[in-house]
Amino acid sequence: MEPIRTLRSRTAVLPVSDVDTDQIIPARFLTTTTREGLGQHLFADWRYGPDGTPRPDFALNRPAAEGCAILVAGNNFGCGSSREHAPWALTDYGFRAVVSTQIADIFRSNSLKNGLVPVIVDPATHRWLLEHPGAEVSIDLETATLRHPAGEAHFPLEPFARYCLINGVDELGFLLGREAEITAYEARVGIR
Amino acid sequence: MSTIAQTLFEKVWRAHEVTPETADTPAVLYIDLHLIHEVTSPQAFTVLRQRALKVRRPQLTFATMDHSTPTRTEQVFGGAPIAIEAAARQVRELEVNCAAFGVELLDLRNDRRGIVHIIGPELGLTQPGKTVVCGDSHTSTHGALGALAFGIGTTEVGHVLATQCLLQRKPRTFAINVKGQLPAGVSAKDLILAIIGRIGVSGGTGHVIEYRGETIRALDMDGRMTVCNMSIEAGARAGMIAPDETTFAYLSGRPRAPRGEDWERALERWRALPTDPGARFDQEIDIDASTLEPMVTYGTNPGMVIPIGGAIPERPGDPVFEKSLAYMGFSPGQPIKEHPVNVVFVGSCTNGRLSDLRLAASLLRGRKVASGVQMLVVPGSQQVKREAEAEGLDRVFLEAGAEWRESGCSMCLGMNGDLVAKGHYAVSTSNRNFEGRQGVGARTLLASPLTAAACAVRGRVTDPRELM
Ligand code: SF4
Repeated sequence: MEPIRTLRSRTAVLPVSDVDTDQIIPARFLTTTTREGLGQHLFADWRYGPDGTPRPDFALNRPAAEGCAILVAGNNFGCGSSREHAPWALTDYGFRAVVSTQIADIFRSNSLKNGLVPVIVDPATHRWLLEHPGAEVSIDLETATLRHPAGEAHFPLEPFARYCLINGVDELGFLLGREAEITAYEARVGIR
Repeated sequence: MSTIAQTLFEKVWRAHEVTPETADTPAVLYIDLHLIHEVTSPQAFTVLRQRALKVRRPQLTFATMDHSTPTRTEQVFGGAPIAIEAAARQVRELEVNCAAFGVELLDLRNDRRGIVHIIGPELGLTQPGKTVVCGDSHTSTHGALGALAFGIGTTEVGHVLATQCLLQRKPRTFAINVKGQLPAGVSAKDLILAIIGRIGVSGGTGHVIEYRGETIRALDMDGRMTVCNMSIEAGARAGMIAPDETTFAYLSGRPRAPRGEDWERALERWRALPTDPGARFDQEIDIDASTLEPMVTYGTNPGMVIPIGGAIPERPGDPVFEKSLAYMGFSPGQPIKEHPVNVVFVGSCTNGRLSDLRLAASLLRGRKVASGVQMLVVPGSQQVKREAEAEGLDRVFLEAGAEWRESGCSMCLGMNGDLVAKGHYAVSTSNRNFEGRQGVGARTLLASPLTAAACAVRGRVTDPRELM
């Protein structure tokens, strides 16, 4: 995982609440056995018409949304299935952060493992961001702060998650480093 | 032993701390049972190969195939190829991975195969006090036996394969106390839909729910699993129910349950698991089950739910709500009853167990599925299928004009090609009514097996009590 300290980008705004993982990546694209290439299917049923051409009215298809690394979504993002294909699709598409008022637990955990920063902001900040698509926003992980032209907001970022993001550490390495403790636990409870 | 009153969740959590959490690091939590399936495991095995790692405890890992597998008998047993090439590839890859890493697999033709959350309890693999994970959010189902069970992503599947552990922050606890007797025609599915309607689709975020109270105690294991299954639809990663005599009677004699002296020792441990009197929860609500009615969803998330006799709510000036209704083809204020239905699906890890099929069959017996309606009945496992057939339930469904299939996730998510057509209305006993969940443009109404069967008979949204 690439270390991330700060992110700076214009925002793409998707003003829909309760965006679920079936919308982020519909189940028919889950038959892949790799992580790559899912960005083309991100929000597939919203992004493309029945004939496969992009729908001009969909937020991410507007020219202004091109190249944005920060996605601002409506309330409660990422509910539904545990499919890690959702953050894989978002990062493959080019997003590095998702901003909402609430982010579902499993999606949040999956995002952190893939260098996609889940940013939970207060309702006022959220409203401002929704109303200003394309705003220049920066996200500082060291201080867990999101700054936008009209103000700033702190967001919750668990110290360990921040450590992993900033240093590009992957959790598997951390867990493998706990071999002695794991073996001791197994001996204690009788797992051989 | 500590004398502080603890909840069921806290007891299970503590017993599995390899190292407890600190301000800087999450807990390292030991996992007793890791269930894997074909869709969320391939990339995890790839990581093992890249880093030259083994599966640490293959004997605690168990694989099945369910999500993308066919349900047509000729494709499962008749040698006809799996219609979707990518699905066939996933199935093959799981076989190769399990063989290479020494993981036990119930393959496509195995008579114990089924939906991962049905077979865990059915085989007795899921037990009280265990930690259970799977790369699937409905792992919450297993909490019905008093296990701490939650869904994980594929990276975490790799963590558990390699280390048998996960890094976890301790979630908060949420007690849902249910009292009162469920009225006739109202089932566990209606109860959990009503709970989700009450607390909302993010009401349980960050929490583990414990379902408590006399109504929960009175549910059989199938009903308890239905309730815990949909904890994730309320935003909670896990739902739990304290083990009791119902749990022990269910587990006794199951192939992977302890036997003899081991069983006696296990019982002793399990009896100590229920929440201590006076233990505190971070949140708590009370529900009166005696006033509930059959519930049905009308929108595009499971929190958009009303009693079947109700009307679609009005929320003027809420564009998200309007968009959802537009997708469903409903208008505010419209009664949901009598709305035409095209497809009825009975199955899934929510309602694909024997008692669910019995309920559906009880309404269909001697009746016909309305003309123009497709009804698909998909047992949750091959064992459920055999048991249902032994009772003649398959005949009831077939004579009514429904289809009777091999087990799998099927139309719950449509990965295997069992799809609802664009614009069609499906009354489904599954758990998610998201846009496109059952097919592009498909419109899903979640309901109980009884309600689903009633809708099939009338070809319209129907209160099952009218046919009972
Ligand atoms: S039946 Fe549906 S919800 Fe359950 S595991 Fe399968 S796809 Fe997931």
